[in-house]
Amino acid sequence: MGAMIERYVYLLKGSWPRIIELAYWPTMQIILWGFLSEYLVTHSSYLAQASGVLLAAALLWDVMFRGQLGVSVVFFEELYSRNLGHLFASPLRAYELACALFVISLLRTLIGSGMAALFAFWFYHFPIWSMGWVLWVFFMNLIVMGWAIGLVVAGLVLRYGLGAENLAWAAIFAIAPVSGIYYPISVLPPALQIVAHALPAAYVFTAMRALLFHHVILYRPLWKACALNVLYLALGLTIFLRTFHKARMHGRLLNLGE
Amino acid sequence: MSAASAVTVTDLCKRYGAVTALASLSFSLESGQVLGLLGGNGAGKTTTLAMLMGLLLPSAGSIQVLGEDFLRHRYRVLARINFSSPYVDLPHRLTVYENLRVYAGLYGVRRIGARIRELAADLDLGELLKRPYGRLSAGQKTRASLAKALINRPSLLLLDEPTASLDPDTADRLRTYLRDYQKTSGAAVVLASHNMLEVERLCDDIIMLRQGRLFDRGAPQMLIAKYGRETLEEVFLDMARGRSQI
Repeated sequence: MGAMIERYVYLLKGSWPRIIELAYWPTMQIILWGFLSEYLVTHSSYLAQASGVLLAAALLWDVMFRGQLGVSVVFFEELYSRNLGHLFASPLRAYELACALFVISLLRTLIGSGMAALFAFWFYHFPIWSMGWVLWVFFMNLIVMGWAIGLVVAGLVLRYGLGAENLAWAAIFAIAPVSGIYYPISVLPPALQIVAHALPAAYVFTAMRALLFHHVILYRPLWKACALNVLYLALGLTIFLRTFHKARMHGRLLNLGE
Repeated sequence: MSAASAVTVTDLCKRYGAVTALASLSFSLESGQVLGLLGGNGAGKTTTLAMLMGLLLPSAGSIQVLGEDFLRHRYRVLARINFSSPYVDLPHRLTVYENLRVYAGLYGVRRIGARIRELAADLDLGELLKRPYGRLSAGQKTRASLAKALINRPSLLLLDEPTASLDPDTADRLRTYLRDYQKTSGAAVVLASHNMLEVERLCDDIIMLRQGRLFDRGAPQMLIAKYGRETLEEVFLDMARGRSQI
């Protein structure tokens, strides 16, 4: 696993545009939402109670997005370079690869979201770290949900080839509307509220709004988010390992690539 | 299986639905021997190699590698196997040195820096270590890939077209190096190649495959004599064109 982490760190540090890109998109998002927040604060007494809520939501949403890409897109690198054959003729096990992907995803997310958080503080005087320790609970829940989605996407690409790689971008945006990022899930139609209740992200954003608007920590939604994440991560790993086994049966480990 | 047997394959089959890629192949290979796999495209060479590497699961049959049941305990022996193929790349953006470091880590190699320097000297890679793998010529990639294949001093080395894209001089030196490695280390080597001179020079024993089935087996000179030909290439052409029968 250590060797795979080393491999991904080489990949990252070997390309400065990649490092810049890690921080670029979250920062752009924060600038956009920052201006919108400032405008709304001057026009809405509700938002004036917690001017950082949109910024916090944008920052935390980006954690899940980066976490997912950190698993799926980094895995695609092995397919682009037609390297899976070498990797899995070595003693590397599929779950060790998954763990290495988690570690590198965490590193990439900390770089990208960390820079964006600093920009949010410099530009809009919003210190997201003022949420305290709960911020890390939000962070870990969202990144773990991103990992679970990333593993499923990686599994689908193993099964269907690189033609399915756009799922990496589509999957996360498909659940964005029902995750209650910028609005409470109570505004959703009843059927979509049921879907939202199955998503850890929806509980995290509910807890985040409670913290920023009412300065209370809602433990119950956080426990639900943790429990669901354990379930989804186990499911994601199972799908990933199962598709690996199938790939070995069908000879795809040698043939997959650009 | 004898004590010195590196590989014992029994009734190995691979089917994809109705298509049989390999039918009931059995052979054994002693440590310190080089076995050649010969056959045209689709004969089953790559399928056989892929199953010996653990990249492909057989539909039936058994594989013993270095004293272990490979299908049940693959991870116990994979650290002692390695392979090189021009059809499987290393990460393009990493330098040759970084690639070798990563694979040395994956194979649990100790004193990684010394081992890379040793291979760089043997395979004339010194100038290439800092270059990204993706920017190497085809011949340079073949040498880098071979360095990766030898990084863990494998007891079983699987080679698919090991001298593809190399000029005759470099190819010749590489064959000499491989033969020396095999003799000094006592490693078993399985070689798939379309270069008949290479097969004649390196292999102690040859398995000829046609359409996923064993066609014939024997030492190169024995096969040449058996089919009344002057070179292995002529024997191969007879097999490929259906002019020979066992």
